[in-house]
Order: sequence, then C-alpha cells, then structure tokens
Amino acid sequence: MSDKIIGVLEQRDGKLKKVSFEVVNVVSKLSQELNLDAELLVIGNEIENLHELSGYGISRVTHFKNENLNFYSTSGYSQIIADYSKEIGSKYLIFSNTSLGKDLAPVVSIKLNAGCLIDCINLITDSEEVVATRPVYAGKALVDAKLKSEIKIITIRPNVFKPKSNGQLTKLNVTVKDVTSPNLKSKVVEFKKSEGKLDVAEADIIVSGGRGLKGPENFYLVENLADVLGAAVGASRAAVDAGWRPHREQVGQTGKTVTPSLYVACGISGAIQHLAGMSSSKYIVAINKDKDAPIFSVADYGIAGDVFEILPALTEEIKKYK
Amino acid sequence: MKIAVCVSHVPDTATKIKIGQDEKTIDSAGVTYIINPYDEFAVEEALKTKEKFGGEVIVLSVGNDANKETIRKALAMGADQGILLKDNNSRDSFSVAKALAEEIKNLNCEIVFTGKQSVDYDNSITGQLIAELLGFNCATVVVDLKIENNKVIAEREIEGGKEVVETELPVVITCQKGLNEPRYASLKGIMAAKKKVIEEKPAACSENLVEIIKMKKPQEKQPGRIIGTDSSAVPELVRLLHEEAKIL
Repeated sequence: MSDKIIGVLEQRDGKLKKVSFEVVNVVSKLSQELNLDAELLVIGNEIENLHELSGYGISRVTHFKNENLNFYSTSGYSQIIADYSKEIGSKYLIFSNTSLGKDLAPVVSIKLNAGCLIDCINLITDSEEVVATRPVYAGKALVDAKLKSEIKIITIRPNVFKPKSNGQLTKLNVTVKDVTSPNLKSKVVEFKKSEGKLDVAEADIIVSGGRGLKGPENFYLVENLADVLGAAVGASRAAVDAGWRPHREQVGQTGKTVTPSLYVACGISGAIQHLAGMSSSKYIVAINKDKDAPIFSVADYGIAGDVFEILPALTEEIKKYK
Repeated sequence: MKIAVCVSHVPDTATKIKIGQDEKTIDSAGVTYIINPYDEFAVEEALKTKEKFGGEVIVLSVGNDANKETIRKALAMGADQGILLKDNNSRDSFSVAKALAEEIKNLNCEIVFTGKQSVDYDNSITGQLIAELLGFNCATVVVDLKIENNKVIAEREIEGGKEVVETELPVVITCQKGLNEPRYASLKGIMAAKKKVIEEKPAACSENLVEIIKMKKPQEKQPGRIIGTDSSAVPELVRLLHEEAKIL
C-alpha cells in the first residue's frame, strides 16, 4: 500500500467552499506525481454539497461530524486532523491558505512533527520531492523551497490553483465519523458578517480607491463600479490610514496580498507597498490623473485622467455591456 | 501577570528588494530595518494588558546584534525587560518558534503577544507554533481582545467578517492592524530604554525544517498602454476588457 496524501477541505455554513476544490485539484495532481493514495477530509456538521467532489478522480472522503464543529475550533480541528493523519500514516497534508488554513496548519504541524510551507503559488515534483514556490516580502521576491521533515504540510494560495474537473464522475466513498467529545478548549462562538458584500481576499475582481478620491464621501463611485462588475471594494493604505475605509479592505504589504483576474486601481498612485500586494493580478486597470504615477508601470490598461469623470462613465458603459 | 512579546527585525516595507549573491536571501546593503509593523500592535496590546492587570512585559527576539535596535524600540514604548536570543544563522519559523517557546516556558509567562505575520518571510505561523509547543491556546489575526479572569474573548479577522473566539489563559495572541493604536515612545521612554540592559543568551539549538533552494524576482509585469486621458477612452477600455482580457 502506498503512502497517503490528505486534502483538508473547508466548509462554511455546511457548504464546501470554492477553495476546497482547489485543494482537491492539488491533491489529485500530487498523488499522481508522487504515487500516493489520495484522501479528502472535512470537519463540520451537515454538509450539503459533498457530492460535488465526485468529478476529480478522488473517491475517499472522511467527514468528521459534530454539531459543535460547524464553527471552527483550533483545538478541535487540529486534534482530529493530527489523529487521523497518524492513524492512516499520511505523508502529505494540503490546506488552503485561508484564515482557517493559516491558523490550523501550523498547529497540526507541531502535533505531527511536520514542517510546513505556507501560501504556495506553484508546486512541482522533482525526484520524488515537492518544490514549492512562495512569495516573500509581500511578493517583491519569490522563494523555491522544500521541506526536510518526514511529514510535509503545504498551504496553497486561494485563486491560484483553479479546480479542474476531469469530466468523469468518480463514485464517492464517504465515511462519516461522529466525533463524540471534540476538544473545544478554543472555539468560535459567533461570526459577525461585515457590511461589504465581497471580501478582497476572495474576490475575482477588485475595484480599489486611494487618496485621489479626495474623501470617504466619494467612495460611492468605487462602490458603484464594483457593483456592476460584481467586484469587491479595496483601498490603498493612504485611504485606510486616513480613516476613509476599514482596514479589512486594505490591499498591500500591511494589508492583503491579492491575485484577482481584474484589479481596477482608482486614484491610487502605486506606492511600492501597494504594488507588492496587487501586481500579480491577471489584468490591471489604472485610472489616475498623474500619467507618471508608478501604478501605470504595472497596469495593462491605463487612463491618465480624472477619476470623478471616468468612474461614472465606466460604470455606465459596463452596465450597457451587460 | 508575566507577559511576553515576540518581535522581529525586518526590512522597512518601502524597501526595494534585491536578491543577494547567495541567491537565497536578500542583499541587505543599504536596507533600513525596522520593528515588524504587526509587532508594534503586539507591544501596545502587551502594555495595555499590563496597565490593566499589573505584571511585567518581557520583549524577546531571535537573531543577531542588530535585533537589539528593535528590542530597544519596544523598551522605549514601555516594556520592562528585553531578551535577545542570539543566533547569527538564518532560521525558519520552526526554529525561531522553538527558541522562543523554550525561553517563554522558563520565564513562566501566561500570555504571549506577537504580530500576525512578519513582513519579511510572510509565514504567519510563528505564533501558532509557539502556542502548540507550549500547550497554550491561541487566537490569530486578532482585532479585538478582552481578558476577564481566566477567560479570553478575541475577535479575529477572517474572509467576509470576524470570528469571535472564546478560550482561556494561557494564550498566544497574534495581532492585526485595527487592534489598537501603538503609542509613540516618549523622550523619557527612549532615555530609559537606553539604560536598560538587554539580556543576551544563545538561542536554543534547533534544526530548520524548511530549506530555501533559491530566491528570485517575480516576472516583471510589462507596462501596458495608456489609452486616453478622459472619458472618451472608456469604450475602448471596455472593448479591451472584453476582447483581450476576456473578463466582461
């Protein structure tokens, strides 16, 4: 029997998150390249869309079930994963680098005496070893790294490893294990949803505003464009430090590093910390009065003009398009 | 209450990164180093916790002599004691966490604060590793914190909102922007910090689990084109987004 690789999936409100399918994709790829048996693991209460896992060539799924585990618990989740990993002799564990994955993976790694590589954006196998590429200095540099520990943990950056169904349905073999007394030394007791509709960390399109908006009262221009695009609203550090926007929207080195398909920078000059956080977006549009602003050095398309004129026009034009 | 704060000494976020000759680390020539920005929130929260419950704030850092500057910054803000766990070699998060955990255990601290990540290697795991090594609870990316008796209630920032975490002391808290406003060091604080002796001891030996093979620059993004200077460029922009980028 070959060694195991486990993909740790994530659910919210009883539904597998999109990032879970990215984990499945990576587990499927690595299991073939390293000749490992693949398994998936999910912790929660009722989970409605487990059947969606059937198109990815992995059949074995273990669902650890308890109503108190619907919400995240560092102690509870880490114990279950570490115990199960020991039981089946897993050599690799793959997590998504979400708020949950980042909290959980290092705790599991100590329990398993494993090393972990965080926020990986590329994984290749070279003589039976995984070499991971991960951004450092908020993406100003990259490192190729590998783990020397016997058991290896990897977290993958969301939105990078797009899930690919192989078109064939695999018969799922789901084992439900009732967890009788989870370790709830620390547990989430409440989720407070923020007002914004979408979070910059998860969005596929982001429209960000900066100092060029001149004040919080003008951010409706950014919000309107975001609305027609189905995008999340982001902000530069200058806009956040001025108190115009909440910190959770900040993109850049002391905010969030993002890689959406489209990033629209409005009235943002492009300080090095900001560029570090967004320049790996697939397409970048910049709208800024100053044609020499550094943001234009990373933008695919730029309009060197007034945001107050261009944003409403762009919003209307896109409305027409849809 | 004995409170530990773990700080790291990192390149200023305005630094342009150049790859060093070894192709594994950055070229540090001309780079200004600062206290890791998220660790400032950790120092502030430690000081506030001490103001409320009494006790002692001990600042710890793993690294070489240069880290003393960052320890002194925390002392100037009001921390009571500084310890440098000395090692001139580069360490990964695991070996940093092991050195810190061992010292924190000897010091008998009940609560540990550190930044949610350090802005050099961006691993965001050291706090959790310390917690698990010590058998402490942990709450990460914290933007609001309440401690009553033994009980800890922390709000952590997650995708789309905040999670309220309930746990107990002893605990490790990793701090996120928004938790507090770090105080400026007063002149008196700066003078007092200069007089404080930073204790130096060798960092506990431990092996790195992560091996860096190569550091490289990301592919430079090719600058695109400026399509116009007013709203007459908007239809062309939308056309490009549709036809070239295939986004709309």
